[in-house]
Amino acid sequence: MTYIAKPKVHHPSLKKNEIGLTRRDYEGAITTLCAGCGHDSITAAIIQAFWELSIPPHKVAKLSGIGCSSKTPAYFLREAHGFNSVHGRMPAVATGANAANGDLIMIGVSGDGDSLSIGLGQLCHAIRRNLNMLYLLENNGVYGLTKGQFSASADPGSTAKKGEANQMQAIDSALLALTLGATFVARSFSGDKAQLVPIIQAGLAHRGFAFVDIISPCVTFNDHDGSTKSYAYTREHKVEVVQADFVPPAEEISAEYQEGSVKNVMMHDGSWVKFRKLAKDYDPTNRDAAYAHIRDHQKKGEVVTGLLYVSPDSKDVHDQNDTVPGSLYNLPHAQLCPGNDALQKLMWQFR
Amino acid sequence: MNNRINDFAFKIATANGTGSASANGLIMQAIFRMGVPVTGKNVFPSNIQGLPTWYEIRVNKDGYTARTPHFDLMLALNAATYAKDVAEVRSGGYLMFDSSWPLDEKLKRPDVTYLGVPLAEMCNAAFKGVRERILMKNIAYAGALAALIGMDTEIIAALTKEKYAAKKALLDSNEKAIALGYEYAVANFPCPLPIHLETMDATKDSILIDGNTAAALGAVYAGATVGAWYPITPATSVMEAFKSFCMKYRRDPETKQKKFAILQAEDELAALGMVVGASWAGARAFTPTAGPGISLMNEFIGLAYYAEIPAVIVDVQRTGPSTGMPTRTQQGDLMLCAYASHGDTRHICLYPSDPGEAFEMAAKAFDLAERFQTPVFLVSDLDIGMNDWMVPKLTWDDSYQPDRGKVLSAGDLEKAKNFYRYLDVDGDGIPQRSLPGVHPKGAYFTRGSGHNKFGAYTEDSDEYQEVLDRINRKVQGAARAVPAPFMKATPGATMGLVTVGGCHAACIEAMDVLAREGIKLNYMRVRGFPFGDEVRQFLDQHEVNFVVEQNRDAQLRSLMMLDLGTHIEKLESVRYYAGFPMSAHHVISGVKAKLEKAA
Repeated sequence: MTYIAKPKVHHPSLKKNEIGLTRRDYEGAITTLCAGCGHDSITAAIIQAFWELSIPPHKVAKLSGIGCSSKTPAYFLREAHGFNSVHGRMPAVATGANAANGDLIMIGVSGDGDSLSIGLGQLCHAIRRNLNMLYLLENNGVYGLTKGQFSASADPGSTAKKGEANQMQAIDSALLALTLGATFVARSFSGDKAQLVPIIQAGLAHRGFAFVDIISPCVTFNDHDGSTKSYAYTREHKVEVVQADFVPPAEEISAEYQEGSVKNVMMHDGSWVKFRKLAKDYDPTNRDAAYAHIRDHQKKGEVVTGLLYVSPDSKDVHDQNDTVPGSLYNLPHAQLCPGNDALQKLMWQFR
Repeated sequence: MNNRINDFAFKIATANGTGSASANGLIMQAIFRMGVPVTGKNVFPSNIQGLPTWYEIRVNKDGYTARTPHFDLMLALNAATYAKDVAEVRSGGYLMFDSSWPLDEKLKRPDVTYLGVPLAEMCNAAFKGVRERILMKNIAYAGALAALIGMDTEIIAALTKEKYAAKKALLDSNEKAIALGYEYAVANFPCPLPIHLETMDATKDSILIDGNTAAALGAVYAGATVGAWYPITPATSVMEAFKSFCMKYRRDPETKQKKFAILQAEDELAALGMVVGASWAGARAFTPTAGPGISLMNEFIGLAYYAEIPAVIVDVQRTGPSTGMPTRTQQGDLMLCAYASHGDTRHICLYPSDPGEAFEMAAKAFDLAERFQTPVFLVSDLDIGMNDWMVPKLTWDDSYQPDRGKVLSAGDLEKAKNFYRYLDVDGDGIPQRSLPGVHPKGAYFTRGSGHNKFGAYTEDSDEYQEVLDRINRKVQGAARAVPAPFMKATPGATMGLVTVGGCHAACIEAMDVLAREGIKLNYMRVRGFPFGDEVRQFLDQHEVNFVVEQNRDAQLRSLMMLDLGTHIEKLESVRYYAGFPMSAHHVISGVKAKLEKAA
C-alpha cells in the first residue's frame, strides 16, 4: 500500500517556489489506487496548490477516515503529519487537533461513504462548528474498497456495474453543506485541474470549514454507461457556474475582466478570491441563490461546478470560543495550574 | 429510645424540582460546620420535576461514611411515597410529616413516633405565590429538623446569610421559613429528640465535595487544555465544574481570552475522537462520560491504544446494562474499561474511592496517559461523583511538573539521525513521539491499520506481531506506575478482604464490626490496573480473599483471575449491585454467609 517510497532525488532544473522547494517536495508515497483513479488527479491538484502557495509541508496536518479516498494523504506532502483515523470520524479528530494547535494547516480527505453514510453526522457537525480546515470529499458514488456497492451519493436510477439500478434518493453534499450553514462550498471535477487548484487554494485561505465536493470517477466500479459519476457523464453534464481565481495576499488584483462580471471576495488572511461570473447574475455570496441554482440544474441532470458559495464573515471554532492567540498545546504549565495557594482559598467554598 | 448522640441517620422524602436540594445542602453543611462527621446520599430520579426524590444523611462520630439503610428519622414529605417511606423507619424511630392534611391511618405504625408539622398551612399563610410557598415549605422542614436534632441555630443563620448575601428578598424568606419550622417544633415536641447532634471538632481539616467537582479540579491542575464531551448523567457535572474553574483560573487577565477549549460534541464517539485529535497534536485532553458513552467510544479507544495516542477518559459509572438506571450507582464498567475495543487491548485504569482520590488520580491520569501514550480511565461512579463526601482538604504540590512523556522537540528532531515512531529505543516498550507542525523530520503517518516499528503500513505477520507485543509490554510496565493498593493489616488475620473504589467506606466499617465478632481480615483496596506485584502477593498470602464489589458478575474477581492468574478458589465474591451505594451490612452479611457455607 503506502510502503513504496518515491525517490527523493530531483532533477536540478525543477522549478522552485518561494521557500526553495520543488513540486516533488510536496509529493508522498507512490499511489496504490487503480490506474486512472480520479483520486490521483486530485492528489496532483493538492500538490500543485500547496507548492504554488509555498506552504512549508511540516506545518500541515493531513487527515482522513477510511476508504480509497482516505488512503490518499499518504500520497502527498510526505513531510506533513498524517492521520488515517477511523471510518467517518476524521472531523472529530480534526476538531481536537485544531483545538490543541490552531496554527496547523489542516486538510482532510474523505469519500462519499466516509462522509455521507457512516460519517454523515460528523460531517454535519464539523460544518456547524465551522472548523478551520479544508475538507475534500472525493465523490465517486460507489464503495470501491468493498467492490462496488452504491454509496449515499449515487443518483436514483443510476446503475451498478452489473446493471442493478439504485432506488434511493441521493444525498447531495453541496446542498447539504449550504443548508447546514457552511461558510465555503465548492464542487469540482477531478478531471478539471485548472478549476480545482484555485478552489483548493481559496479553501486553504478560508478561515472556517472549506467544503469541496469533487466528482472523482471510480474507473473500476463506476465508470460505465449507467453511472452518473463517470468521466463521460461528468464531462458532458458539468456546468461551470462561476470560475474562481485565487490571488495570494501580496499580489495585486488585475482588472482584466469586464465591469460587472467580476466579484472579488477578500479572505481572512488578506488574499482574494476573484469570481469570474460565467452564469448571468450569479452571486457566490448569496446562499439561497446558490442553493436554487444547483437545484435548477440538477433537475436538468446537470452538475454545477465552481466555488459556489463563500461567506465573507466566517468565524471558526477559536473565534467562537475566544481562545488565546497561538496554540493551547504548548502553553507553559505555570499558566495552566492555579497553584496550591489558590486551591487553599478555594477550599473555603467547600466548608 | 436511649440518647444516641452524633450517631444516627435520617432520610428526607420530597418531590424533584421543589427546591429540596437547597434545604438538604443547608442541613449537610450545618452539621459539617458543627464539627460532626456527616455523609449525604442523594437518591434522585431521572427527571427534572415531579418524581420522588430522597436525601439520606448519616451522622457518625466515628467517621464511618458508608451509606446505611437504617433510618432513625424519616421526613416523609411526599405523599406519593408515604407507604414506602413509613416502612423504612427503624423500629423505635420517628417520622415527621406535613400535618396540613391528615395521615392515612393505614400508614401508621405502632413502633414509630409521628411528628406532624403543618408545613403547607404555615407557608400558605406566611408566603405569597405558589412557587414561593412550595420552595419555602422545603426550607421550613429544615427549620423543624434543626430543632428536632439540635442543629446549631447560629451556624444555620450564618450559612443562610452567606448563601443569599446578594439576594435580600430570598434571605428574608429563607430566614422566615426556617423560623416557622423551628418554632413550631420547639413548641410542640420534646426537642431535641434522643437522636441528636452535639458540637464536635472532627471536620476542621476537611471539606464537603463531590467527586465530579474534584476530578474536574484535578484536570485543571494537571494542565488539561481541551475537554470534549457529550452530556450524560452522572458525568455532566465534571465538565460543568471544569468550565467554571477554567473561567475562574484560565483566562488571560487582560484580554479575558481562554486558555482552554471545551468542545460539546455531537455524541460520545466524536467526543473521544476530539480528545484523540487534541492529544495527537500535543494537548492534555480528556472526556467525561458514563457506561453508555464508553460503549460508543470503543472504536476510538482501540485506535488510541494501537496508534499509541494519550487520552484521559473519566467514567462516572451508573447502572447498566444499556440505559439501566441512569441515576443509580454501580461498578459495572470494570471489565469494559480494562479491555475496551475489539482485538487485543488492555488499558490503564485508576480507581478512586472518594473525591479526594478523584482529584489526585485525575491529575495522575494525564501523566500516565502521556508517559505510556495510551488511553487511561479514571473509573469513578455516581456515588463518588455526585454525592458530597467529607474528605481532607485538597492540596497541591507546587513543585509538580507534568510528565509529557517521550515527546521530541524541534531541537531533538533536528539533531536526530532518524525518527521512527514505533521503535522501542529505550527497551521499556515506550517509543518516541513527535507532534504535528514541529519539524519535518517528525512527520509520520498515524494509522489504526497494521504498521511496523518504523511507522509504515504493513501486512507482514512478524512486523505486525512485533508491534503488538511491544505495546503489551508497555502497558504491563504501567503496573508499576499506577497507584499502589491501599492496605490495612489486622494482626493474626489469615483471610483477605479485597475491594475497589467507593466500596472502601463500607469495607472499613465492616472490618471493624467483624473484628469485634472475632472475624479478622487483612484489607486491600486496589487503586490501579494493570495490577502490580503487591496485589498478587496479597492474594497469594491469604487462603481466601473476599472480593467486594458492586456488579452482578464479579468483574473485579474476573480481572484478578485474568490479569494475575489467581485461582478462583482463592476469591470469594461478595456483591451488591441494586443501585445504592454499598453499605457495611452488605459486606458483613456477605462475608458471614460465605463463612457459614464453608463451615
